[in-house]
Amino acid sequence: MKSLEELRKIKERALERRKLSGEGARARIVVAMGTCGIAAGARDTMSAILGELEKQDIANVIVTQTGCIGLCEYEPIVQIQVGDSETVTYGNISTDRVPTLIETHIVDGEPVEAWKVRK
Amino acid sequence: MARRAHIILSGTTAQVQKVKAAFLESLDEFGLTDEVDVLEAAEMTVSPRGVEAVVYPDVVHYVQLTPQDAPTIVEEHLYKGRPVGELIYEEQIVEPLEAPSTKEVRVVLRNVGKINPERIDDYIAEDGYAALGKVLTEMSPEDVIAEIKRSGLRGRGGAGFPTWLKWTFARQSSADEKYVICNGDEGDPGAFMNRRVLEGDPHAVIEGMAIAAYAIGASQGYFYVRAEYPIAIRMLRIALAQARDYGLLGESIFGTDFGFDLEVRMGAGAFVCGEETALMQSIEGKRGQPRTRPPYPATSGLWDKPTNINNVETYANVPQILLKGGEWFASMGTEKSKGTKTFAIAGKVARTGLIEVPLGITVREIVYDVGGGVLNDKAFKAVQTGGPMGGCIPEQYLDMSVDYETLAEVGSIMGSGGFVVMDEETCMVDIARFFIDFAQEESCGKCVPCRVGTRKMLETLNRICGGEGKPGDIETLETLGQYVTLGSLCGLGQGAPNPVLSTIEHFREEYEAHIYDKRCPAKVCRALIKYEIDPVTCIGCTRCARNCPVSCITGAPREVHVIDQDICIRCGICAQVCPVDAVSVE
Repeated sequence: MKSLEELRKIKERALERRKLSGEGARARIVVAMGTCGIAAGARDTMSAILGELEKQDIANVIVTQTGCIGLCEYEPIVQIQVGDSETVTYGNISTDRVPTLIETHIVDGEPVEAWKVRK
Repeated sequence: MARRAHIILSGTTAQVQKVKAAFLESLDEFGLTDEVDVLEAAEMTVSPRGVEAVVYPDVVHYVQLTPQDAPTIVEEHLYKGRPVGELIYEEQIVEPLEAPSTKEVRVVLRNVGKINPERIDDYIAEDGYAALGKVLTEMSPEDVIAEIKRSGLRGRGGAGFPTWLKWTFARQSSADEKYVICNGDEGDPGAFMNRRVLEGDPHAVIEGMAIAAYAIGASQGYFYVRAEYPIAIRMLRIALAQARDYGLLGESIFGTDFGFDLEVRMGAGAFVCGEETALMQSIEGKRGQPRTRPPYPATSGLWDKPTNINNVETYANVPQILLKGGEWFASMGTEKSKGTKTFAIAGKVARTGLIEVPLGITVREIVYDVGGGVLNDKAFKAVQTGGPMGGCIPEQYLDMSVDYETLAEVGSIMGSGGFVVMDEETCMVDIARFFIDFAQEESCGKCVPCRVGTRKMLETLNRICGGEGKPGDIETLETLGQYVTLGSLCGLGQGAPNPVLSTIEHFREEYEAHIYDKRCPAKVCRALIKYEIDPVTCIGCTRCARNCPVSCITGAPREVHVIDQDICIRCGICAQVCPVDAVSVE
């Protein structure tokens, strides 16, 4: 890192890539993978999501991770953003809920109201 | 053969099979196998309502079933004919999960749960390393310290020492080499604020440390993180490698002549190594024991060089202060306690988890607005702050401000941010015993009052909880507590008697009930309670007898059951499983 200018360029590149269109994706799934999430089964949830996307042959969805969002009670927590719509936070996403979640929210584009964490 | 009822199950195959097996077992137990049939619905779909069951002929629809629900439904609905209300499906029965709370303000945790901690670009997108860039290219070390002074930031590790002053002392010490250390040895039971920051936003701490290093004139830093935090350590190592790769660590950062690098050292699990002098001994490879101060680390610390040591949360605040200005930070909080603080809310509270709130918030707001109130609507009794060296704050202080000074006034401390809520069913003597047991185990043994005194206090408390307390015990605890506080070198020993002394101060009548009346008002201490079955209420369902781990309950089916007090171990399982609440505890 030689200058502030260089840092600014990296920032712009990162912001561009954060937009879904920047990476040519139509949806983003974020799994909270702090210690609390992992203890509640977030690793299984993550692999179930990856497995389900592969099974249903769904491409252009970004699956990524983040840390603890503070609602350890509701782990595993999964956040889904489709297109430009608002990010939806889901609680208690065990592996058996993953197929419905993918089917309903990613394929049909309808959030699963019953599992939402309300703000 | 004709059946009088049918249960039809649906859900995923694996789950349905488990619930079905539980139903068959319960039906057999109640002799209903020939009367009730269990069927699986043809189509096995995943439903947001989990495993569902419809009981015919009365068409009662149950949802979210687990194998544990089967005995209840069989006994209540099929045996006694009373549908189980709480398991019945109605549209509104699926309760929305509610997020707390508008009272949170995120400075330290602003990126945690938002960015991918494994990608430095995510951090840079959130203005990461912009503060370091600004500091190195536009500000002198004195400017940095002045900005921190304006912010009013105080140490988040517990003692609340002004950060700018600590940095000034380290800056003024002249030496060929200086160090910065990040204390990530978060050891308080139930506290995990620092873990969350290190796991979720490691670059914020790295940037804060680099700024501190510039301010005091250091070029080398150490993370001291407990080995029990493997994910935090992994995230840190990834973050350090990425920062080096971008040239944000190493030589001539941002084209200046400032160079800085960091290493991770793992703690081996001793609580006392969170104390700064013991921590430095541990980094040096020596046995982790505190030493006398002065000299303070700022003049003679790691390898006898001037050293600045701050907590994870303190460093994580630093980049934000330099980006947004000290005045912005000082606009949050109280007159002497500025900014925000993270807390781990645990215990008997509806929503446990991690929060960040402005200092000066009231205890009531944390418990009721952010924490969602006391679990199961029980009565609030006290809150324990500051970890094992903290104190208990009773109900009358619910509206007090949470800041360094007010907490100290009522006999507790801020500590690193533990916040354990206790309800009417928590025994304060038992709580004091738990914490002194922890302190006694973790005492390094260097100071006799701490090593022997905590042991004696534990023995006394064990006796009181065991029903063998005697007059004078309370006074003994108070005297011993003072000796331990006065005669110990470090915060562990000085603070160890705090949970005992503060519970004696605020809940003396509970100690007296244990000692003089041989009674535990919260009905927790096993030697002082007894479980009994009310012969009028008991329906002879045999459930208590079947669940008793020591088989001390006798009675034939449909007849009154009796507990043998000589064998009973007071585990309370009978009271938990009794369907008619016939078991009482005295």
